[in-house]
Amino acid sequence: MSQTAERIKPCYPLFMEPEYRAVLARKATECEEKPDIEVLEKTFLWTTSQEYQDLNFKREALTINPAKACQPLGSLLCALGFRGSLPYIHGSQGCVAYFRTYFSRHFKEPIACVSDSMTEDAAVFGGHKNMHAGLQNANAMYKPEMLSVSTTCMAEVIGDDLNAFINNAKKDGMIPQDLPTPFAHTPSFVGSHVTGYDSMMEGTLRYFTLNEMEGKSPGSNGKLNLITGFETYLGNFRVLGRMMKEMGVDYTLLSDPSEILDTPADGQYRMYQGGTTIEQVKDAPNAIDTLLLQPFGLTKSKTFIQDIWKHPCTRLNPPMGLAWTDEFLMRVSELTGRPIPASLELERGRLVDMMGDSHAWLHGKTFSLYGDPDFVEGMCQFLMELGAEPKHVLSHNANKRWGKRLTKMLADNPYGRQAKVYVDKDLWHLRSLLFTDKPDFLIGNSYGKFIQRDTYHKGPEHEVPLIRIGFPIFDRHHLHRSTTLGYEGAMTILTTLVNAVMEKLDRDTIRYGVTDYNYDLVR
Amino acid sequence: MSALTREKAEGLIEEVLSAYPESLRDERKKHLMVNDPSLEQSKKCITSNRKSQPGVMTARGCAYAGSKGVVWGPVKDMIHLSHGPVGCGQYSRAGRRNYYVGYTGVNTFGTMNFTSDFQEKDVVFGGDKKLAKIIDEMEMLFPLNKGISVQSECPVGLIGDDIEAVTKKSSAAIGKPVVPVRCEGFRGVSQSLGHHIANDTIRDFILERELDEKFSTSPYDVAIIGDYNIGGDAWSSRILLEEMGLRVVAQWSGDGTLAEMKRTPKVKMNLLHCYRSMNYISRHMESKYGIPWFEYNFFGPTKIAESLRAIAGHFDDRIKEGAEKVIAKYQPMVDAVNAQYLPRLKGKKVMLYVGGLRPRHVVGAYEDLGMEVVGTGYEFGHNDDYDRTIKEMGDATLIYDDVTELELEHFVTKIRPDLVGAGIKEKYVYQKMGIPFRQMHSWDYSGPYHGYDGYAIFARDVDMTVNNPCWKNMQAPWKRS
Repeated sequence: MSQTAERIKPCYPLFMEPEYRAVLARKATECEEKPDIEVLEKTFLWTTSQEYQDLNFKREALTINPAKACQPLGSLLCALGFRGSLPYIHGSQGCVAYFRTYFSRHFKEPIACVSDSMTEDAAVFGGHKNMHAGLQNANAMYKPEMLSVSTTCMAEVIGDDLNAFINNAKKDGMIPQDLPTPFAHTPSFVGSHVTGYDSMMEGTLRYFTLNEMEGKSPGSNGKLNLITGFETYLGNFRVLGRMMKEMGVDYTLLSDPSEILDTPADGQYRMYQGGTTIEQVKDAPNAIDTLLLQPFGLTKSKTFIQDIWKHPCTRLNPPMGLAWTDEFLMRVSELTGRPIPASLELERGRLVDMMGDSHAWLHGKTFSLYGDPDFVEGMCQFLMELGAEPKHVLSHNANKRWGKRLTKMLADNPYGRQAKVYVDKDLWHLRSLLFTDKPDFLIGNSYGKFIQRDTYHKGPEHEVPLIRIGFPIFDRHHLHRSTTLGYEGAMTILTTLVNAVMEKLDRDTIRYGVTDYNYDLVR
Repeated sequence: MSALTREKAEGLIEEVLSAYPESLRDERKKHLMVNDPSLEQSKKCITSNRKSQPGVMTARGCAYAGSKGVVWGPVKDMIHLSHGPVGCGQYSRAGRRNYYVGYTGVNTFGTMNFTSDFQEKDVVFGGDKKLAKIIDEMEMLFPLNKGISVQSECPVGLIGDDIEAVTKKSSAAIGKPVVPVRCEGFRGVSQSLGHHIANDTIRDFILERELDEKFSTSPYDVAIIGDYNIGGDAWSSRILLEEMGLRVVAQWSGDGTLAEMKRTPKVKMNLLHCYRSMNYISRHMESKYGIPWFEYNFFGPTKIAESLRAIAGHFDDRIKEGAEKVIAKYQPMVDAVNAQYLPRLKGKKVMLYVGGLRPRHVVGAYEDLGMEVVGTGYEFGHNDDYDRTIKEMGDATLIYDDVTELELEHFVTKIRPDLVGAGIKEKYVYQKMGIPFRQMHSWDYSGPYHGYDGYAIFARDVDMTVNNPCWKNMQAPWKRS
């Protein structure tokens, strides 16, 4: 017995103790019909081979370890960014339990969202009754300023008509006529969480402005609208605001969940906090323009804004790294006539200074990366500005056209020439690639840790360390509060990357009396 | 607030119900009760296993969560396909901490996510052909898998796919079990039906067809049923059973394997921890193979000792002596743990809201630490769970079924317990209110909590959370009166 009151051991290191190692070994040999270790090792090695990669890439039907989630997760995030909004999901309740869990694990925040708990009878008769009771109950219990309605695949497969259901619920007095109820159809078998965000954004803008366009004209309020798309770095909402303030530009963030996803611990639970107001949404068509910071992920919103609001939606790259932040600020300046202030020029200079300071550690280092399309694109751009080289560039939820465009952008840059772009591929594909053509580092969300472990098992020299930038991040704390956009975001990313390089070098050279060289105090 | 009185507890229920529309009030009223431990049965006082009311913010999940997430998912050497759109498999991937050891991606698959990632065309034209191909691709890339389960997501049942036919054909072709599980999320009212459906498919596709007749038995063979090895719970249980002289030949399903399931009908006794999720298969093995099952509780030294003696009571003197030896061996460690933590925790009040077995099974462990559980409830319990709960809980404590966010928040705000134990969806609500909180599904990333070794960890964790200095800082010093 090795557990003692003086030193209480949890799972690790408890299960490393001899008595547990014996229990586990006995179970494996006597109970599990586990293959011999030689067979396991041989098969493992086969999964790291070129032959296996070829088989793996022949897959047509099976997805293994996807790097995307489904639409209503995105609609929920979008809905959280409007003041007093209670996200309401029409369909199965289990989905909502999953969304709330998923976001709570990432943000370490409570996530308020209701479902109308459709079950078998609703599958037969439709979810009309559920919608009636659900809207009534949710409104009575949680007193939202608006109910943002989206759907699970169950409601979509049986073809429920959201608009008609909501209107009937209002007619029947379940909720007041004037309670705002923007809505979007968000079937999980179309697109990804990124599409769901876009759908809910479009649904919200449509709901509040489509029939209220009279007397509205672009430019009349002198503001700029900004839409982030599916954005989980809270610092990004803040840095956008700061840059606009420093430029003296009046702006509206359409969906701003940075308050509700970062409430204080002060003795009080807040179900609603901050967010874009309905008045701001209604006034948004009067802005000079609407800038879409994830152009790939906001196509539906863009069409609506261009068609109905008559905004140009000036084409932008995601404002990540140096050049694309420059471009963003210059666009804002052009559109508003406000000069880029000295404070931002100073901040830019500091970023350039940092890039110079760290260039020798990043130049020529290779990075494989995966994530949502716009993030991946911005990350590639910044890596190349640092003299680093993107290697495998994977976005599960992008499309072929995006892949072609990014391939060209990479090929046109001396630092991007070795990069290969993978669209609609998953993390099991990526695992193969990392074995057969090793990069120095992997950039991605927490799921990447399993790839790091597998590469390490082949031998320390094969290990590809994971640098956690993306969503979700479940196994490190508070990273979601940082910033990836603007000069400030570039500084954060640069600091993260360069220190990952140095930490790796320290681990590689830590052997006492063996690698005393390069285990340096000064770098 | 001092301990609850019956009047106060009834008042709390009345208060919270007053916010509801009438029909909701009538329904929810049936799910809230003030405990009276002298009651024989719960059915007159509380209703359970009913549909959640729309729009109330239930914490409940779905049948898929009960089948893939709970029962089937931990069987480590089989591949479990999330059949349908991409989300379900992604949200349930590797989040439950069902520990296992193995070569993941080679002979074990527990933390991976296999999905058919349904697209619109699969919904329109059906997913059966895709499913057949998926099974072939699994065989090609993971030849050491022992079998496959197909965990249906909502659309599968709505579009009329015949996964039974596909899996039957594939199973014959690859010579391994391929199990169709109809656990679409819209079935039933919670995770609970998913447990039942999963149990039935294990019965029909594993026990009925794959029985290991050649397994050489001993008089001391037992199976651990309904332990999902969260944080290693089944291992810290197994070690005690083995130390008392029993031979554990199967774990269901934490760190479990197909081989273990196949031989379970040969055991002398099934030891059932999570009654809710695996009573079905235990009853089946009792009626079909005459294997008795016994419900035990390995939370906290009082219940552990009771359980060890009760289990031993079904075996010969060798095992009975073994149980006494085990209890005696761990008693000094338990005494030392209690000496350390009981003074720090004595008299503290706890409220729970969990699933499965925990709303009642952990009560004794808190009591071993000198704490009192003043409220408890199940996400997806049935009345046989509440029958067992009213005896574990004190008089005039609150019992709530499928509690809504609003109800639990109200009860906790008014009672101000020293600790709330529930899930991730509840955690941050209470931490922001300044109320210490532990996740009681995932052990808040700690564990194991089962067995004597687990009790020490449990005591440590409860103490670190209840007595951490962070809760004292909720108010800025300039705001303090």
